[in-house]
Amino acid sequence: MGSNMAENHPVAFRFALEAKQKGATLIHADPRFTRTTALCDIYAPVRAGSDIAFLGGLINYVLEHDLWFKEYALAYTNIGTIIDERFRDTSELDGLFSGWNEESRSYKYDTWQYRGEAVPSSLAEHYVNTAESFSEKTKRMEKGPPPNDPTLQDPNCVYQILRRHYAAYTPEMVERTSGCPRDTFVKVAEALARNSGRERTAAICYAVGWTHHTTGVQMIRAAAILQALLGNVGRPGGGILALRGHCSIQGSTDIPTLYNMLPTYLPQPNAFKPHKTLKDYLEHERTPTGWWHNFPKYAVSLLKAWYGERATEANEWGFQWLPRIVGDHSQLPMTLAVRDGVIRGLFVIGQNPAVGGHNANMVQRGLAELEWLVVRDTTESETASFWYKGKPVHAGDLAPKDIKTEIFLMPGALAAEKAGSFTNTHRLVQWHDKVVEPPGDSRSESWFAFQLGRRLKGLYATSTDPKDAAIQALTWDYPITDDKGEPDTEAVLKEMNGYTVADRSQIASYKELKDDGSTACGAWLYCGVFPKENDNRARSRVPDAPGGPGTHADWAWAWPSNRRNMYNRASADTNGRPWSERKRLIEWNAAERKWVGADVPDFEEDKPPDYQPQWWRHPAGMEAHGGDCPAMMIADGKFSLFTPSGLKDAPLPAHYEPVESPIRNPFYSQQANPVAKIWDRADNRLHAVADPRFPYALTTYRVTEHHSGGLPTRTTPVLAELQPENFAELSPELAAELGIANLDWVTLSTARGEVAVRALVTERLRPFQLDGRAVHQVGVLWHFGWEGYAPGDIANVLTSVVGDPNTSMHEAKALTCNLRRGRPG
Amino acid sequence: MSIRQTMRKRAAGFVRDWSLPRQIAGEDASSAAAKSTMSRTLRPRLEEADTVGTSICPFCAVGCAQLVYAKDGKAIQVEGDPRSPVNQGTLCPKGAATLSLLNSGDRLTSVLYRAPYSDRWEERPLDWAMDRIALLTKRTRDETFVTALPDGTSVNHTIAIGSLGGATLDNEENYLLKKLFGAGLGLVWIENQARI
Repeated sequence: MGSNMAENHPVAFRFALEAKQKGATLIHADPRFTRTTALCDIYAPVRAGSDIAFLGGLINYVLEHDLWFKEYALAYTNIGTIIDERFRDTSELDGLFSGWNEESRSYKYDTWQYRGEAVPSSLAEHYVNTAESFSEKTKRMEKGPPPNDPTLQDPNCVYQILRRHYAAYTPEMVERTSGCPRDTFVKVAEALARNSGRERTAAICYAVGWTHHTTGVQMIRAAAILQALLGNVGRPGGGILALRGHCSIQGSTDIPTLYNMLPTYLPQPNAFKPHKTLKDYLEHERTPTGWWHNFPKYAVSLLKAWYGERATEANEWGFQWLPRIVGDHSQLPMTLAVRDGVIRGLFVIGQNPAVGGHNANMVQRGLAELEWLVVRDTTESETASFWYKGKPVHAGDLAPKDIKTEIFLMPGALAAEKAGSFTNTHRLVQWHDKVVEPPGDSRSESWFAFQLGRRLKGLYATSTDPKDAAIQALTWDYPITDDKGEPDTEAVLKEMNGYTVADRSQIASYKELKDDGSTACGAWLYCGVFPKENDNRARSRVPDAPGGPGTHADWAWAWPSNRRNMYNRASADTNGRPWSERKRLIEWNAAERKWVGADVPDFEEDKPPDYQPQWWRHPAGMEAHGGDCPAMMIADGKFSLFTPSGLKDAPLPAHYEPVESPIRNPFYSQQANPVAKIWDRADNRLHAVADPRFPYALTTYRVTEHHSGGLPTRTTPVLAELQPENFAELSPELAAELGIANLDWVTLSTARGEVAVRALVTERLRPFQLDGRAVHQVGVLWHFGWEGYAPGDIANVLTSVVGDPNTSMHEAKALTCNLRRGRPG
Repeated sequence: MSIRQTMRKRAAGFVRDWSLPRQIAGEDASSAAAKSTMSRTLRPRLEEADTVGTSICPFCAVGCAQLVYAKDGKAIQVEGDPRSPVNQGTLCPKGAATLSLLNSGDRLTSVLYRAPYSDRWEERPLDWAMDRIALLTKRTRDETFVTALPDGTSVNHTIAIGSLGGATLDNEENYLLKKLFGAGLGLVWIENQARI
């Protein structure tokens, strides 16, 4: 779901097709009939943005027909856990959960907690603002196991809450909301249940078709509930597989060029959280139970890696030098901050917001407000050339002589021209060699960062202003490898891996990290990728021999600890035996007293399956997790069917319509995600529900020949030739209604802007029957811009700046638009 | 030899070498009848390579392994690495076009600079651009740095400089950018494609 895998991840789709050859059933639930659909056994058409209705329907079906994997879910999920009795569900409050504050338009999370104790989030921000002292309440987790009713009879246990919550998600409601015929839906539910359990597992693959929504996180959560109920987590052939879209997008999430995290999922200090001192920060972000109890070791080792000998216990290891965030500093609000002149200087490095950013006309106007702009790319991008080729300039609203921005367009290097590592969507850290020199003055981003840092350290060298102490202290002494001044990227990876401060020897495992300043580590989850001198595991290239276990443990390196299958403790039953011979992965070897198997255990290697915490001792960290707790990073060790903390919009996924929708929410009077991030302003107008001016559902997507914003593929001649032009797909019914013929020019419009593309009239798109009414859907590619050999209108001119409350992701997969024959003007 | 004779000789050679008449005459199209001088003498490009290195496809996140072949410092062939359990030697249309990406005629080779209110790009030396960018960064930072909010809460940041991009970069590059911009200079607007 949420993915056209055959088109966008074709090499990975080989595995799905191999499974099909071995008898697996492939199911595609998608708004369009695509190349993926053509190879699947069952096609379930679902309107864009209705995924939670569909997934909620599956959860309801599995529960009501008693198709869930009981031994698995009872042991490994929080299905029996008892929730605070003040909790109220959307089924009672017409689409809201308890804790809603209308004034602040946000939730208080107290009533979502386990009865009598608060559960810290397992995400990067463990601390949650609640009415009662959150950290005090979480400490109760050390006093005993969470309240649980193994008989599942308690009305406040998760099982009962789940059943009530999803009772309304019947096949009829699924059809009414998503447009998927109910018999097709039942076929999907039966196939999924039939292929789950002891002997079989089912996997769910998703891509940006799920994340690009104001309910994106909850779509994935719904899949997680379903998979945990069916026993499809931590087992071979199971899981929820994110098909991510850039070569190192996983790496850039782990080693985050993101505002809210420090490397490998440590929270960026926040001015409005108890992060005043290092002591506060460590105390409130450390979880009392589970692996995150080790948090202080990772935080202090990071500070030691960054600030070196200037980081001392007396100055809190330099903690005060870290900048504090004061709100949402992600790309959507960044777009507005650029537009409004808050941001005066901008670095754009291997990204193209003039095409990929939302409300793209506003993005371009914003760039013209900057004082200076540095664009680093391998070809001239729309972001770099907006000032003379952009839409506002074309339209005569702006002229170069009125644009103050000082612009540097600098040539970058491609993978074969520099040495470094990418992390793929499966957490594999894979090194690439430098084979050739980049052309002319092209340089790597390591070179750019390193050389810019050297200059700035020089400029600040004599400053006595305390604000400049951080840049003065920053460790920046990487060896140089050539006469251009390229830093040694293996030295950077070695710092990320971690080393002992005293003798600077590499560390093999994050278990060796300390919180006393004796170890330095730039990214604790990558510890082990460079375990000793001259041993870059990311460069390892040894696949399994034919007939081998298939985990390919010596092909590159996967974080954490080279584990290939996360949560693999759940591949064995509570006694540590495989659920079945077919689905064997790791198991407890009683003779050797350790976990063994084809994968590195995602568990404490010597913790027996029957281990029970000694609660009278108030155990902390992993000692508080029993031998049947497969989720090390979660405070109670169990897969969360119900999520008490960490999500801003819901402890259980509920169906909300996209912010712009052609219909009213059939489930609740609460129309859209109540916490969705909305910036409704004159240059970012939104459409009303069922707005007659914009009657059609619109979705955006990609084709195999182009990559995302399209710049690298539009400037590659063979790819530009293969897919030279943008198009909008529409159904024959809609085409007939509007008098549009195949290949006609059509204009798509929203309150933000309009684009002209060719019409592709195809039965791949079909009108949905929703609430007895036909809703037409239109699709358009978002790869195009004015640069390269295959230019075309920028589809993101149509989209708006609205976001998911948890991730601030935009909603380009489901909005509304108008469509007419012909080109504008 | 006159031009006319050369032309005649070439034409005769072409007719002799042309495979179609042989196939029309009934010979099997999959036999030697389909061969021409060109197909007989065609050799794989990678035979000429003097260097080969392992690489990873620069497009999506599947992480297909590639072998990059080069001759005299120029890439001449990019193929899927047959050893890789991820792609077993295969590549998709984008990955297969990596050579074309590397050698695209649109590649930039020098710094282009656009002065405020100017209507043109100008080529500038790399060192000059780096010095200028360092100065601008310092100036904007110094003018906008905030050590504490009005209520005294320490923030130590600037909200006047942003950095966007990272999902197409190496881990090491992201690490250095986050370290310099965040831990060194106090930027908070640091983002990449992971959210789009």
